[in-house]
Order: sequence, then structure tokens, then C-alpha cells
Amino acid sequence: MDPLRRSPSPCSSSRPSSPSTPPCETLGPVGIEAVLDQLKIKAMKMGFEFNIMVVGQSGLGKSTMVNTLFKSKVWKSNPPGLGVPTPQTLQLHSVTHVIEEKGVKLKLTVTDTPGFGDQINNDKCWDPILGYINEQYERYLQEEILITRQRHIPDTRVHCCVYFVPPTGHCLRPLDIEFLQRLCRTVNVVPVIARADSLTMEEREAFRRRIQQNLRTHCIDVYPQKCFDEDINDKILNSKLRDRIPFAVVGADREHLVNGRCVLGRKTKWGIIEVENMAHCEFPLLRDLLIRSHLQDLKDITHNVHYENYRVIRLNESHLLPRGPGWVNLAPASPGQLTSPRPLKVCRGAHDDSEDEF
Amino acid sequence: MAATDVARQVGEGCRTVPLAGHVGFDSLPDQLVNKSVSQGFCFNILCVGETGLGKSTLMDTLFNTKFEGEPATHTQPGVQLRSNTYDLQESNVGLKLTIVSTVGFGDQINKEDSYKPIVEFIDAQFEAYLQEELKIRRVLHTYHDSRIHVCLYFIAPTGHSLKSLDLVTMKKLDSKVNIIPIIAKADAISKSELTKFKIKITSELVSNGVQIYQFPTDDESVAEINGTMNAHLPFAVIGSTEELKIGNKMMRARQYPWGTVQVENEAHCDFVKLREMLIRVNMEDLREQTHTRHYELYRRCKLEEMGFKDTDPDSKPFSLQETYEAKRNEFLGELQKKEEEMRQMFVQRVKEKEAELKEAEKELHEKFDRLKKLHQDEKKKLEDKKKSLDDEVNAFKQRKTAAELLQSQGSQAGGSQTLKRDKEKKNFF
Repeated sequence: MDPLRRSPSPCSSSRPSSPSTPPCETLGPVGIEAVLDQLKIKAMKMGFEFNIMVVGQSGLGKSTMVNTLFKSKVWKSNPPGLGVPTPQTLQLHSVTHVIEEKGVKLKLTVTDTPGFGDQINNDKCWDPILGYINEQYERYLQEEILITRQRHIPDTRVHCCVYFVPPTGHCLRPLDIEFLQRLCRTVNVVPVIARADSLTMEEREAFRRRIQQNLRTHCIDVYPQKCFDEDINDKILNSKLRDRIPFAVVGADREHLVNGRCVLGRKTKWGIIEVENMAHCEFPLLRDLLIRSHLQDLKDITHNVHYENYRVIRLNESHLLPRGPGWVNLAPASPGQLTSPRPLKVCRGAHDDSEDEF
Repeated sequence: MAATDVARQVGEGCRTVPLAGHVGFDSLPDQLVNKSVSQGFCFNILCVGETGLGKSTLMDTLFNTKFEGEPATHTQPGVQLRSNTYDLQESNVGLKLTIVSTVGFGDQINKEDSYKPIVEFIDAQFEAYLQEELKIRRVLHTYHDSRIHVCLYFIAPTGHSLKSLDLVTMKKLDSKVNIIPIIAKADAISKSELTKFKIKITSELVSNGVQIYQFPTDDESVAEINGTMNAHLPFAVIGSTEELKIGNKMMRARQYPWGTVQVENEAHCDFVKLREMLIRVNMEDLREQTHTRHYELYRRCKLEEMGFKDTDPDSKPFSLQETYEAKRNEFLGELQKKEEEMRQMFVQRVKEKEAELKEAEKELHEKFDRLKKLHQDEKKKLEDKKKSLDDEVNAFKQRKTAAELLQSQGSQAGGSQTLKRDKEKKNFF
């Protein structure tokens, strides 16, 4: 019993309006489009999940930025000041909230990294972060390979990591370069210039160009990655974005009156910096990228590329790891140990021939 | 930098935070939908039914197009499945449709094994997907999903009850695929007969414990329509590839001397309901059920069969890697054992062969000795003969010389003798 699989013979469309339609013109359309609505209903019922991680030195406005992005008090921004000692080790804090807009529920998890880059010796300060990211992948993998698995595996993997570059105006520091190099292989990284209100427009441009130059020299592939552009529209859209990365952003959670309107901004003696004004800062670009246009894309790349890379390494190395109960804790992976995963270049829309290797 | 301290504050069980303005993630469903549209959808239908019940015609009518294929004969020796894949496009949505139909179902004299090829086919599709999922380097998001999403079971319009073949087949299939039973060629049954038939069928299905697909009623937007449709199962459908002019419109219909049956007329048959339920309302749910229920069940059974467990007897969670490793070591051990065995066998064979060869060698040597001896004997004999011959020759020579001597002596005296003899001879004459 061999199901003969013939090469797909394209059948003519079932649109009743075109002249070349087959048989009946007044037979109602088949209704395949309705599946889109079905998808929407299903998605709205299930809700969405998004996990974002903010990395940067203290005082760069990470918590404020998150609050501004999601227009709510996601983080109670605690400026580490008097009485609160700076953490001696890098700690990661995660907070989960459910926000709802027009019937769409979003379960948002924000992971903060206080203490990053604050010590005198910042050697290997990226290890705990990489360990955390890999731990989330591990968690998902363990759920996926269970015999009886859940209907919907809770997704705690980090979809996007926003890296805050201090506005020195010169170029990327060695710490930045080291960190970005390592992280770009495991997670989608979006670098931003923090506290951009301390730079003038020209300084911003020059800083941005220098940073882009640095990224190119060190082969750091930030989001949106060039190799994942599917079609020409994506390419055009994404190259515009790539031209503006890193965005120069300003975060603010206070509202002020400007010309009769109530806007979010920072008030200084010499003026009010409006966060949502494109002429003042590029916060709207960041927000659009993260939320309005590329959120699903971020999740897809995390799932299809980064998670798969992790899975490949993990399953290949499983015979090296010691036996243990259920969860095998992966030590924070230093890139020297891991053979650097080949990013699956032609992964979307085209067939990947890398399976032949195995 | 010591170990990480991840403090996960779930915020009192994930509290909802009010938004102070428009963030913009309400476009998320649209983003998702756009992604799906660019990837395309795929839908796989399996049509099970006896030959001649109108399976291909119904598919043509359902998708409003003419799929290729010739009608099957009744002389098939066994049940086979024929599968074809088509690319349909409606506005901007592309659908990869695969239609699988049975060929020769119900034609054999002995129908005991008729359901087996179908079950095997469905399992093969699950298996292919499972293999892809278990691969180390996999491309699941571009994988062409060939798992059967819905099975349309065609019931012959006898008007009485289900055939036993139908019951047996449906019972075997209900845990593997979503079954929607339909009454084919429903224009052969009258309305009153149809209601009785439907009731009979549903009661038989219930009493035999066959789980047919129920349209989902948990979501408010579709609960109502699905609920009413559930009551109309099984649908009585008619398919037609001909178009007739009725009134002032062209529509699909079947013409009889006593009237015309219109396919899209709800009073005539349930075709519209079927199309509504199958495609417009529940296509996504069918796919989801296939993936989350039927496929997971298959996967669970398969993995348990292979020996994987989630928890070992001490109910400590087992990791899949451990079982993999254990199996792998087991397998390697077996391999080694087999290798040893083969090696030993090889050594033994070599020894045997050596012994044989040695024996043969010995034999050859003996033969050689024997022949040599024979040869020597012969030689000796010949030499003896030669010697005797030589002796004779010598003796002969001696006699010859003696005779010659005698002759020379006697020739003087013999001269006269000869004369005398001659005289005697002359005198004689």
C-alpha cells in the first residue's frame, strides 16, 4: 500500500469572479479564507507570551524604559541609592505581568540584570546571563521530550534581549563587544543607546555609525539578522531598520503638558524631551520594532533558530553529560566549550540540507 | 561572580497591570496571521467508503474544482489508498490540500482486513512526523505535515442501519483520526427515511462506543452553530459535477425525470452544512485536535513501546537522555557480543579448513611416494630386461663369430662340397 504522492498539480482558483474559473460561478466560494479568522479566535483565546530581558549597567534607565514601553508600572524603579548596597553578584530578577489591550492578552515577563558591569572586575559577567537563557531553553526542551506532554508548553525562553549602551559618544567598550559577541549567537539582541538626551543629534549619528562599524568588525549579528530576511519586502523593511540600529532612546514615565497635550517626557531646565516625538528620540522606532511589527518574528526566530541550535548541541552532547535525575543542569555555557552553532541560514521557506550531515 | 540568583517574582500569581495608554500589541493576532499566511496552510482529508459512493465527486463539489483521477473498478484485490496533493489559492490564502481516498474498500469477498491498510497509512503519517520531531537537526516549521486531519466516512444509503464493516472500521479509526460520518448519495433516501436512518446510525455509533468528532462548543462565537450542527450529524450529502440552469442561475445539481436535486439547497441535502463545518468554521480546530490529541496519543504509545518512560519505578523523573544512553549501551553491548561470536566462528572455520588442507597435503605426499616407488620398480624391470637383452646380443655375437669361423674353415672343404652339390643337382636334371 503505497500512497502515490503526485507532484502537486495546481488547481485553478475557486474565485467566482475571474473569467477562467472552472465549473460553477455561483457556487459560493469555498471559504478557505475563513481559516484566518479561526486562527485569530484561537490566538485571542490562548493569549500571547513575550519574554524580554534588559541588560546594561545600573543607572542607564532600564527599568524606566520597560515602564515606558509597556505604559504601566511593570517595574517599580528602585534607584539603587542610599541604604541599598549594590549587589555583589549579578542577580537576575524576573517579573511576570498580564496586560490586556482590546481583547488581546499578553503575558509579559521582564528579566532585569542589576549588577551587570558594575563590579571592578567584570570578567565573565555574561556567564550568569547566558546560563539563565540556556536554562530557559533547557526547561522547554525537557517539557518537549516528555512522554505525556502538556497541550501548551509554557514558553519562558527569552525572546529578545535589549542591550543598553552607555552614551559615551566614542565607540563600543570592550565589555560591550565581549557581551554582544557571545549573546548574539544565543538570543535576539537589540542594542540601544541609553540616555540619549545627553548627546546632540550629530553626536548621536556619529556614535551610531561608529557602533555599526564596531558591530561589523566584530561580526556581531544583531536583530533583525540579515540571513533571515524572507522576501523582498522584508529585506527593504529590515534594511531600513538596520540602518537606524542602535536606536537612541530616552525613557520617561512622567507626563507633562506640552502645547496643551499630555505627553510622556523628561523635564529639564532647558526644555522637555518628548519620548514619543521622533525628532527628539527614537523610542517610537524601538517600540514599533519590539511590539507592533516584529514581536511575532522575534518569537519565531527564537523558536526556530536559537532554540533549535541549542537543542542540536544538547542532544549531541548528551552522552558526555553525567547522568542525573530529570533536569540536567547545564553549566553556564562558555562559548569555548560549545562548538559554535551554525545559524541555520536558509531555514525559513527553503529546505535545509543540513540534515544530510547527520 | 558566583552562581546566578534568579528571583522570579510572579507578582502574586501574575497580576494584571492596567495600561496607561495605547501600547500597540493588539496587532499581535494580525502579526500571527500574516506569518501563517506567508507560510501557507495544509489540510489533509481522508475519504473512506465503498467504491461508487461518490467520494471523488464530493471532493470536487466541496472545493469547487475538478480534481484529476479516474473512477476505480470493483476488481481490486485489496484495499489501497490513493493520495494526491493540490495547491489551492483563494484571495491571498494558499492551501496545500491532500486528499486520500480508499480504493477497493468493501469490494472483496473477505473484508476482515479491510481496515488494516487505512490504519497503517494513518500511523505511517504520524510516524513520519514523529521521526522528524525526534531528529537532531530538524526543520519542523517547513515540514509538510501529512497527518490526516479529518476522515470523512461515507455510509451507503441503505436506509436501514450501519453495516458491520462500517462499525468495525470506524471503531478502529476513532482513536486515530477525527471521524465525520456522512451519508453519501443522499438523493436515494426520502426525507422521512432519512430522519429514521440518522437516528439509527447515531444510536448504533453510541451503543458501540464509536467516538466521532464533535464540533467544539467551548468558544462562544461558534458554540451555537456548532451545537446545532452536532445534532444534524451524520450529514446527508449529494455531490455533483454537472451544472444546470435553474431559474436564471447556474448551479450544481442532479437532474432526474421527476425533478432536480440542487446541491446547495439546504432543504435538499446537508452539503452546505458540511462545507460550513468542515472548512469555514472548524478547519483549525480539526488540525489542532489531530496534533494535540491523536498525534500525542500515538507518540506516547510509540515512545512507551520503545521503552522510554517518564518516571522509573522509584518515581524519580527519568530523563530521555538517560534512557537513550541506556539503550545505546545495550545496543553497543549486543553489537560487541555479536562481533565476538562472529570472530570465534571465523577462527573455527579457519582451523577446520587448515586441518583439511593438511590432510590433503599428506595424501598428496603419499601418492607422490607411491608413484616414485612404482617408477623405480619399472625402471629396475626395464634395466633387467635390458641386461638380459644385452646378454642375448652378446651370446648371439659370439655364436656369430664362431659360426663365421666355422664357415671360413668349411668354405675350403665346402667349396668342393658345393661343387658336388651342384653336380648332383645337374645330374639330377
